Parts: sequence; C-alpha cells; structure tokens
Amino acid sequence: MTRPDTPGSFQEIILRLQSYWAAQGCAVLQPYDMEVGAGTFHPATTLRALGPTPWTAAYVQPSRRPTDGRYGDSPNRWQHYYQYQVIIKPSPPDLQELYLGSLAAIGIDMALHDIRFVEDDWESPTLGAWGLGWEVWCDGMEVSQFTYFQQVGGHDCHPVSGELTYGLERLAMYVLGADDGNAMPFNAPDAPIPLTYGDVFREAEAQYARWNFDVADTAMLEQHFRDAEAECRRILDQPATDPKTGRHIVMAQPAYDQCIKASHLFNLLDARGVISVTERQSYIGRVRTLARACADAFLLTRAGGHDHAA
Amino acid sequence: MPDLLIELLSEEIPARMQARAADDLKRLVTNGLVEAGLTYAGAVAHATPRRLALALEGLTEASPTTTEERRGPRTDAPEKAVEGFLRSTGLARDDLAVKDDKKGRVYVARITRPGRPAAEIVAEVLETTVRTFPWPKSMRWGTGSLRWVRPLRRILCVMTREDGAEVVPLEIDGLVAGNVTEGHRFMSPGEIRVTSFEDYAAKLKRAHVILDAGERAEAIWHDATNRAFAAGLEVVEDRALLAEVAGLVEWPVVLMGQIAEDYLDLPPEVLQTSMKEHQKFFSVRDRDGRITRFVTVANRETADDGATILDGNTRVLSARLADAKFFWENDLRVARAGMKEWLEALGNVTFHAKLGSQRDRIDRIAALAREIAPSVGADPDLAERAARLAKADLSSEMVYEFPELQGLMGRYYAEAAGEPAEVAAAAQEHYSPLGPSDDVPTAPVSVAVALADKLDTLAGFWAIDEKPTGSKDPYALRRAALGVIQLIVSNSIQLRLNAEEEGPVDGAFWNLANAGFGRWFECEPLWTDLATADADKVWIDPDKTSLLAFLHDRLKVHLRDEGVRHDVIDACLTGDRTDDLADLVARARALNAMFASEDGADLIQLYRRAANILAQAEAADGVEYSFGADRKLAGTDAERALFDAIAEARPRIDAAMEAEDYPAAMTALAALRGPVDAFFEAVQVNAENAILRRNRLNLISEIVRAGTRIADLTRIAA
Repeated sequence: MTRPDTPGSFQEIILRLQSYWAAQGCAVLQPYDMEVGAGTFHPATTLRALGPTPWTAAYVQPSRRPTDGRYGDSPNRWQHYYQYQVIIKPSPPDLQELYLGSLAAIGIDMALHDIRFVEDDWESPTLGAWGLGWEVWCDGMEVSQFTYFQQVGGHDCHPVSGELTYGLERLAMYVLGADDGNAMPFNAPDAPIPLTYGDVFREAEAQYARWNFDVADTAMLEQHFRDAEAECRRILDQPATDPKTGRHIVMAQPAYDQCIKASHLFNLLDARGVISVTERQSYIGRVRTLARACADAFLLTRAGGHDHAA
Repeated sequence: MPDLLIELLSEEIPARMQARAADDLKRLVTNGLVEAGLTYAGAVAHATPRRLALALEGLTEASPTTTEERRGPRTDAPEKAVEGFLRSTGLARDDLAVKDDKKGRVYVARITRPGRPAAEIVAEVLETTVRTFPWPKSMRWGTGSLRWVRPLRRILCVMTREDGAEVVPLEIDGLVAGNVTEGHRFMSPGEIRVTSFEDYAAKLKRAHVILDAGERAEAIWHDATNRAFAAGLEVVEDRALLAEVAGLVEWPVVLMGQIAEDYLDLPPEVLQTSMKEHQKFFSVRDRDGRITRFVTVANRETADDGATILDGNTRVLSARLADAKFFWENDLRVARAGMKEWLEALGNVTFHAKLGSQRDRIDRIAALAREIAPSVGADPDLAERAARLAKADLSSEMVYEFPELQGLMGRYYAEAAGEPAEVAAAAQEHYSPLGPSDDVPTAPVSVAVALADKLDTLAGFWAIDEKPTGSKDPYALRRAALGVIQLIVSNSIQLRLNAEEEGPVDGAFWNLANAGFGRWFECEPLWTDLATADADKVWIDPDKTSLLAFLHDRLKVHLRDEGVRHDVIDACLTGDRTDDLADLVARARALNAMFASEDGADLIQLYRRAANILAQAEAADGVEYSFGADRKLAGTDAERALFDAIAEARPRIDAAMEAEDYPAAMTALAALRGPVDAFFEAVQVNAENAILRRNRLNLISEIVRAGTRIADLTRIAA
C-alpha cells in the first residue's frame, strides 16, 4: 500500500526530516565528530540546553551502544545506529503539533494511524539530567522520545528546552514496512547501485561486535578513561582569562569532549563485561561529576549567558 | 443559582495520574469555595488524557456578609494601645463602640465584611488550585515558571445562569480563561465554545471525546468481550490494565488481532505479561485456556476500520514476542542442563554489600530449609534441593526482562530440568505470602523454603542493623515478618524461633540471629565485613530479643484484623514460649474468646482483683505466697468450696495445657468464676489471724498461678 508520498528509502526519511525541520527554522547541524551513546550527548543539546540563550537545532547523530551489538544478525539491533535529534529552547507552545507535522512529512498518514503520547520520564544518570515527556507510539510502536528538559548537569533549565529524538532505524522500518532492518533500502531501490542498510553496515557490525565483546584492551580502556577524566579536570582548572590573548575563554566544550570520551570508554568497558555492579555506579558517578563540571563551565561562557562585562 | 464549569486542557497527562488528579481538583476547588463562604449543591470531576474537568451545580451567587465584634483595650488605656487596636481593625476612633466589661469600660469594634461575588472567589480559588496542585511529578515549559504535569494549554472557566453564561475573568501565567475547549486531537481538531456542563459534555462527545473515564472503560470492556465472545473466546480480565487503557484514549476503538502461530507455545503468563507491559494489550484465550489473540484499544476510528493500526500493532507484537521466545529458548537450554550456569552467576550478584552474594544467601537458606523441614513435614533433602534452585531463575533472561515473572519462571524451568514437582512448586511459592491477602503456601517443601527465605532475610538485616524505622522499610522486613507469621499460623507449625538446645528445630533461628551464626561466617568475605563493620552488634543478645519483639508487634497487627485485642496479646507474652508463634496465637485466640462469654469477662475481673490483693500483700510482707494452701485451715463454706473447685479444675487445666487445648483450659478456668466470686463475697482475705491470712493468700496465689499458665491476665485493660 505504498502511496506516492511514502518515502522509499532510509536516506529519504532522513532527508525529509532535515527539510521539514529546516523549514521550521532549525539550524540543521551535522553530527558531532565523536563517539557518543545518543544524540543528547551532542554539545548542541547538552550544553546549549543550559543558560538563557534561545537555541534551535536539528541533526542526525550516529550513536554507539557497544552492548547492543549482535554481529549484524539481529533484524532490529545494532551497536552503531542513527538518532535524529531536534532541540528548541524555549520549547514552543505548539511543539506537539510541529512534531506531528514531521511524522506527516515522512509519510505517516494521521487519518489511518493511531498516534499516542505515552508517559515516559527521561533521565540520564551520566549527564545529571532529567526531563518529563512521553514516548510517542505509532500503532503501538515507539517511534520517538519527546522530552521537556528540567535539569542538565545538575542545573535547572530556564527556559526549558523541548527535545525530540527519533530512533531512525526503527522509525524507518515502520515507515518502509520492513521486518528486517538489514533488508530495508538505504538509497533508492531503483538506483543504479541499490544498497540495503545491511549492505552498508552489516559487516562492520560483526567486526565491532567481536572487538567490543572480546578483543578491546581493557587495561588500555581503563587508562584512557583515567586520562580523559584527568584532562577534563585539568582543562577546567585553567584560569578563565587566557594569559596569551588576555581574553575570557572558559574551555567548556574541550572539557566536555573529554567527558564524552570517558562516557564512551565506560560503555566499552561495560560491553567487555569487566565492570561489576558496584563499580558500575562508581563509573557513572565519575562521568556525572565531569558532566556537571562542564555544565558549570558552560554557564561561564557567552553562549551559556555569561555577561562578560559583569 | 449558577453552575460552574472548569476545564484544564493540557498536553497528555500520564494515565496513572488522571483519576487522582480529578479527585484533587474537585477537593481543592470545593474546599476553597466553601472556606470562602460559598455553598454548592453537587460536584463532579472527570479526567481524560488531555483534560481535567470539574462541574459544580447550584453555586451560591455570593458569600454572605459577616460581622465580627472584637473587644479592644479599656477606654482609659494608653493612647498607643488604642492606636494599635485601630490599626489592626482598620477602623477610625468614631467607629468604635464602648461597652461595660468585667475589666471596666472597653472599646468594641464591629467589623463588617461584605459578601463577595462568586466569580471573584472562583477565580482566586482556581488560581491557587492550579499553582499548588499536588501532581506526583510536575514540570515547567517554555519560559514560564508555572508547574503542571505537562504543559497546560487552556483554562476554561464558565458560570452558567438561566439568562446565559459568563467567563470568569482569570489569568494564570499568561493563560487567560475562556469558554473554549478542543475536541479529539486527530478526529475533531479545532476550537469548541461551550455555555454549560451539559453543552460541554454533549459537544465533546460529538467531537469524539468521552469525558467520563468509567464510561470509556465500560465501552472498552463491552466491545472487547463482545468481540471475543463472537469468536468463541474470552478476554482475560485485568482491571488495572482496563483503567490504564481508559486513560490513554479519549475515543476508544477496540481492535482484536491474532498472535502469530510461532509464539503460541510460550507460557501463557509470558504472553500475557509481554503484551500487557509493553503494548497495553488485553489477552484473549480460547476454551482450553490458551492465549491466542489480543485486544488493543486505538484512540481513533479510521477509514479502513483500523486495518492499518491493527497491522502495525501485530507487527510490533511479533517483534516483542520474538524477543520473548528467544529468551525462553535460551533459558530452557540452561534449565535442561541443570541450571548450573545460573547458580554460578548468582555468585557474582550482590544481595547486600554486608550480607554477601545471592549465592551466599542461597547456601544459608538451603541449610535452614533443611533444618526446618521436619517441623513442617517436609523431606529435608527435597527442602534443601528446592531452596538451592528456588532463586536460580533470577539469572534467567526472561526474569531479567520481566522481573514480575520471578518464581513462576523458576517453576517452569525446574520442571524442564526434571526436578520433582514439590521442588518446582517451591520455586514459585516460596515468595508467598506477599501480603495480608495473599495465599499462604501449604505444601510442606514450599513452606520450608518460604520460611527459611524470610527468616534469613530478617536475621540478616537485623544482624547488620538495618531495621525498619518509621515509614522506612527498604528491605520490606515488615512484609517478611508478616509472611513468617502467616506461614506459621495458618499451617499451625510448632517452631521455637529462639530455641538454643531443645525444641523441634535445634536453634535454627537462634543460629542465624545470634550466637551460632555459623552459616553466616562460612562465607569468607562476609565474615570479614561483619567482623570489621558491626561485629559487636552481631553478637549481642538484645538484637535477638528485639527481632522477636518485632515479630510480636507484627503479630499484634495480624491478630487485630481478626478482632483479637492488643492487650490480649500482651497478656499472652508471658512465660518462656513466646517464640512459638503458633502457640502464642492459640493462647491469644482462646483468651479473646473468653471475653465473649459473661463468665469469662467476669472471671478476668475477679482474677485481677485476686492478683492485686496478692501483689499488695507480697510487696508489704516481702514474701512470695506460693506455698500450698491447706483446706483444713479453711474457716468458711465459701473458702472450702473454692478449695474443692480448684482441686477439681486443676487436673483439667493441666491436661488441657498439656494437650495445648487452650479453649478447654480457659473453660476449666472459667468454671472457677462462681466459687471465686462467692469467696470474695464471704471472706475477708486480710484476716486478723495471721495463719488464716497466709492460708487465704496462698489460696489466691493458686488461682493466679493457674491463670498465668495461659496468660498474664493483669495486663488486660479493665
């Protein structure tokens, strides 16, 4: 029952989301160039949700969850996947309607489908962040997370950001009617060289699964975790005034890069199965401490609303 | 008199909060109005996923004018005092009256507060209600500071009179109240203007919103059961799910779908749990009890009669059940291999930092279950085996995914492993009872494991001093204690919880809770923890006593529900057998039954009198009157009659006590009522003659001691 306005490929869904949100006035950003577990980690969300400055952005974020690796054999689970992320601060009063518009843009016909907003409170223990919202269901399938940020890095969000996160693989499988994600078309099925999602990622999934689960050097990962932690602190310990230029430069984002690194290293260690239940809490606490320190620092930058004259 | 309609339209309210929120809205608004002096004839509140609504009937037009008379200072009081009085009343000196008082002539202020129009009061009360609404969790949005459960979008506040409707002027955080609402988000978008509650409810229904949650639930259940019935099937009843689903839709449309053939072999509980937890589906079973279909409730009608929606839901379910089937098959492989893998894995799972791993805990429970087994009529080998396997399913993939299936999966897996039926049953039943109304296991092996599990929990947390305090009971120790009581009482198990040397169980509990502690210290890391942390606390006696006292407290709560008085139980907490809970309960019940008979109640009064006289005499004389009284020294008929009655009753009481037949012992004791009564009527205990006096006190002592064997009757409230 493909209709003319139904997208034909994974990438078409991404392209339509990009144009839709661009038309709503979002800055369409590119993915952050680091390994992250979810689109929320992008500084365009985590850091920009802090402070009073208005902000609006949309982007695809390739994300990695090493424990989700299935060697490319699962129809709906990969250790590397895509999230589509929208963040608008302050959250506009018609955010729900805007969101529903995006579903229509990717070919979901509201007259035939059953869309619901089902309670789901969001919390990120590593980012010291939480918000209230919903998971959005389309015919019983969770297609997005919808969150009003209340706190990030231990700071109350004022104004509040509205965050939308689309799990692109799952959403695309639904829209394209694919039971096996690896089989869904990545580019147009009638392209000269048609590629499926599996053609693009399957082999790499097996390679990463092997490395994540059995090969990664855990002693090295632990050392890198400690290094990232130390560098993050060292960066933040620098005086706000740069001795070379004499300017006020609080290095919140370079420090936050180290926090992101630590978080991903923790995920890798977790996948290697070397973190016990008690250690787990302690690792999460260490990353959260970094995230909070970075949030504190961001509030001392111009983007974070810091008034340099004061 | 006007009617009032309030609607608070928001983004989607969590289903679990809606009913409570409707009640809170009604309570806060009506209380506020009444406090401000208004009255109303009736109130009804409703909730849907997007709105809270309140309709009041017959509201008064205004609050009444009130007059208050306030007494001030004397007319000759210092000027300052008079000025202060004027300030506090807001009056001028000329407004004051003067009255004669006991104190002399004093100023009196008459303060008149004019009534206020209802609309003004409604606006104030509604604003306060919105700003202080007790949501379990609330949030801010945009740039505002108002908190609501999700962004609040509209306020509708209309007063309706015969001659028309008016909007109550009101603004909260930029939201201006109006007479506008919205219909169903997808089926009837757009604004709707309303003039009254009747108008509102009718227009909403046309706009595909059923306002009343009960009506939605009824419609869902009616349609679901009809559909199932037409297919020769039956919907599995689930009231909590029905209430939740009614909170997820404004316009319920019931759809029934098929579960793919591949998944029909999964245990029915797994199908049901997966469908309910993940998808909010009802289960539909056939005549053989097999779950073969599901019912989902959509929030809209569609041109294809829900075909697309049902197709989507079916696909989502298949993906979910594929996961469940994957877990089930993996688990069965481990189970058939004897579950060793799971038991080993439990060694890496911490039960509590100071109490070792789940594996350590299982070792203790297994040893204890073995010890308890003979007392409950279970085979010790089977009890130990059952205890060893009872927690194995905690490592299974299915229980990781659905924790609420713990125990039940254990039973399936033990069966798959070829374990005896008793062992499999214990895996499921040993968690019970989980509350006062839960079924109590009766199968001996299940009882042994259930008791061992709960006793180990209690003793363990007592040992590390993690006792419940006030409302805090993070390890559910009260529930564990009640479980022990229910198991022991309903199965009439003789178990000396504190016994050191003797008794049917050789110090099972004692070993755990106190000096023995052998099994606790077999585990090396645990020993170190306890030794370094709270070694003293572990070894001292009072902990053991207070754990028993804790069980007694729980027992009082348990028996109170049965109608046994508090003081009756206190009275039975005498003697050295209070750690035998079944015995304690039997005595308490017998004593309680005595209150029902007139003789019994009277006897208790007489007994108290006897005990008081005896206690006073013993205190005054500094001796204990416990030497046999001599009938030959009896001076009166009443005295002799009492001697005879005691002589006759004593062997009956002894025999009944021996047989632990407490009602019979009570009956025998009650037979003394007449003679004791007559004795006190006719005889002066504190006689002049010292020999007579001593003999009479010794006689009284016999009565008191006969009673004390059952309970300390002096502890019964008069």
